[in-house]
Amino acid sequence: MKTLEGWLVSLLFAGTAIAGVVYGSGIRMPELASRHGAGIDAMLAYLLVTVGGLFLAGYLALAYFIWRGVRRAEIGPRFATRKTEILLSGALGLGMAVIAEGGVLAIGMPVWQEYFAAATPADAITIDVTAQQFMWNVRYPGPDGRFGRTDPRLVDDSSNPLGLVPDDPAGKDDVVTLNEIAVVVNRPVRIQLRSKDVIHSFFLPNFRVKQDAVPGMTPEVVFVPTRTGEFEIACAELCGLAHYRMRGFFHVLTAEQFENWLRLQSAAAGGR
Amino acid sequence: MSTHVLGGPPRSPHNVGPAPVEHEPGFIRRYVFSTDHKIIGIQYILTGLVMAIAGAALATLIRLQLGWPEHHWLWLSRLLPVGMPSGVMTPEFYLAVVTMHGTIMVFFFVSFVLVSGFGNYLVPLQVGARDMAFPFLNMLSYWIALLSAVTMLASFLVEGGAAAAGWTAYPPLSAVAAAVPGSQMGQTIWLLSMALFIASFTMSGLNIVATVFSVRAPGLSMMRLPLTVWSYFIASILGLLAFPPLTAAAVMLLLDRHFGTSFFLPSGLIIANKVLPNTGGSPLLWQHLFWFLGHPEVYVLILPALGIACDILPAFTRKPVFGYRISVWCLVAVGCLSMIVWGHHMFVSGMSPFSGEYFSLVTLTITVPMTIFGVNMLASLWGAKLQLTTAMLFSLGVIALFGSGGLGGLFLGNATADMQLHDTYFVVGHFHMMIGGVTLLATFGAIYFWFPKMFGRMMNETLGKLHFWFTFAPFFLIFFMQHFLGLQGAPRRYYAFTAFDYLQKTRGQNLVISIAAMVLISGQFLFLVNFVWSLFRGHRAAANPWHATTLEWTVASPPPHGNFDAVPVVQRWAYEYGVQTIDGDFAVQTVPSVSA
Repeated sequence: MKTLEGWLVSLLFAGTAIAGVVYGSGIRMPELASRHGAGIDAMLAYLLVTVGGLFLAGYLALAYFIWRGVRRAEIGPRFATRKTEILLSGALGLGMAVIAEGGVLAIGMPVWQEYFAAATPADAITIDVTAQQFMWNVRYPGPDGRFGRTDPRLVDDSSNPLGLVPDDPAGKDDVVTLNEIAVVVNRPVRIQLRSKDVIHSFFLPNFRVKQDAVPGMTPEVVFVPTRTGEFEIACAELCGLAHYRMRGFFHVLTAEQFENWLRLQSAAAGGR
Repeated sequence: MSTHVLGGPPRSPHNVGPAPVEHEPGFIRRYVFSTDHKIIGIQYILTGLVMAIAGAALATLIRLQLGWPEHHWLWLSRLLPVGMPSGVMTPEFYLAVVTMHGTIMVFFFVSFVLVSGFGNYLVPLQVGARDMAFPFLNMLSYWIALLSAVTMLASFLVEGGAAAAGWTAYPPLSAVAAAVPGSQMGQTIWLLSMALFIASFTMSGLNIVATVFSVRAPGLSMMRLPLTVWSYFIASILGLLAFPPLTAAAVMLLLDRHFGTSFFLPSGLIIANKVLPNTGGSPLLWQHLFWFLGHPEVYVLILPALGIACDILPAFTRKPVFGYRISVWCLVAVGCLSMIVWGHHMFVSGMSPFSGEYFSLVTLTITVPMTIFGVNMLASLWGAKLQLTTAMLFSLGVIALFGSGGLGGLFLGNATADMQLHDTYFVVGHFHMMIGGVTLLATFGAIYFWFPKMFGRMMNETLGKLHFWFTFAPFFLIFFMQHFLGLQGAPRRYYAFTAFDYLQKTRGQNLVISIAAMVLISGQFLFLVNFVWSLFRGHRAAANPWHATTLEWTVASPPPHGNFDAVPVVQRWAYEYGVQTIDGDFAVQTVPSVSA
């Protein structure tokens, strides 16, 4: 009876670990569509492999100790030698430090640096994205390359959602869309994020991009899309009732398609 | 900290001199407004278990919604006419349920049962004291805690419903009434209840620190303490250091909400098409203050769980724990590190990316002491003569979940990986394994282990073991799968996964998770039945049914008022297993050592 129970409990832990690794290796992330995302995926792949290995090893050891322990009539030595204890801790500490810190220093930080610290390329498309409950207001600077000024006192959700100042010449050619962003494949994108009301988070699952949009701040994200297609924008920070369907579209187009798209949007807005 | 200074036999009125004269206190002073740490501990545990039922009911609602997002649960619409008018939950009710599930489980279940409950019950007994250092403060702490729990539950009844901004309550969502229905009166009550909770928790923590410092029995040096006491000691110090900033933050948020200040509200906010007059505040300030508490808080919860598992293990391996001294220093190191890593909750918050690098590197150093501690627990099974009692099964479960949950931390502490995983179900899976699972299993382990001491009766082992299987297996499945929902990009706090194309394939997984959750919750009835039945019908327990070594096992089950007839004089450390004495293969801490 006791041995049977030992078998069952060790099978529980061993089985969990093996099933877990099998299940996990069958899961795929959303298809990658950005340049720096390859680095993030490499970081995740490194972690999945090392951590998966440690997880499996640990659970199998636990299962073995249980399987063996229920059969023992007398305990083994009461203590390991002091030297063994210290060596084991030292080796483990060092090993984990190498795996965890080594991974972040060797694979993670270069990606982080490239993503945050690299200068914005000169040919980047600049887009202003202003989040609000529960939509993404998108603005392109237009041919003059400059955004018009905004004033929160002029905001009206139906007629002027961004509060554009009407007599600012820089704003005359701004192109405003709702929940639709288009960019050019392989050309850097620079997104300035704002929020009108609460904290949102601009999440592009396929591009490995996530940045909170915090009222009062204007964080920027810069990245390079590498695949054409239509992708989704999700909100990743709880922002209220319709958080779960605060959805936008991110179109990666060829240069030609992009120019057409922008012209179309500008015309649709009445050529302001 | 110098153990040399702390090591001498401490003396105080609590543990010298004769036992206090019995006044034969009446029922009320004895069981209701009691200053006895054991009664207060049990009061905390029972209150916490009731709150756990509330938290589990909320979890059931969450899983019904996520597993079957458009299903009309007609019988529920009769039970909850406001939250589920046609049998489908409204988004405002869903967010309130999620917020309250988190709040109740973290603060009113785990903190109550594991930290305050078992902390109160075990620490004085294990340090050989007659009571806590400040018994009256202890009673006060319980009654304030109860008030805070009742207040929190009552918030469901106010206009707009309970708070709905998540247990993290990020402003402006939590600061402006028009932002979400729960930010009307619900959020105010949430903040007031939290303030009460913090006051009570601070009293309780202060008491534990003072008790460990000042009323240890003669001979009980710090390095002879059981790891349970060490873990409560470190956790209580962390609580004392980390909670005050949240109190400050709660007051600031209340001022923002009701008195027109702008601590967390910047200029130019437009909510519900109206410009707010606030100017100059910073929403990120709240996040810093919240996580300055929030991160140490998870260690406040998990360290006692680990300490308890370390004390249950040797009773059923019949061997001392592995690497005691190193484990103690790991606890100290983790305690220190936990105070300086809060920013890893904010990698994509707009905080400077350079801070992100710092927080990432320091966070990952925590893996070093935690790995050593975890492997010491595992190595305690090396060469063991294992007895698979229910308490032991749950402790083995603690090791397992601590392993898988801890390894998940390697992903989230890594800023680069966190860019994709932040605020997804990976986070939900991770923290449920750790401050949900490790603490839950340790709580059950502790109840099965100390129930005989508390109530003088044994719990039923067959039901207990079944309960373990119905707890560990579904629990692991649910939260392991949630990690992978996160890798697929499923954001947390979503009312449904119906609106996005890329989330369609997660719906099947959510259904499996929901079914497992129903199994998990049903399995808890095995525990409830066992608990209640054993209270009245369990076999009578001996003073030391597990042949364990710490001081609480030297007194009767349940221990009398005042705990010890004579002050125990401690002769040994806490893990003297595998030695021959007249009692058997162990020596309680009061048995004189042969060499001495």
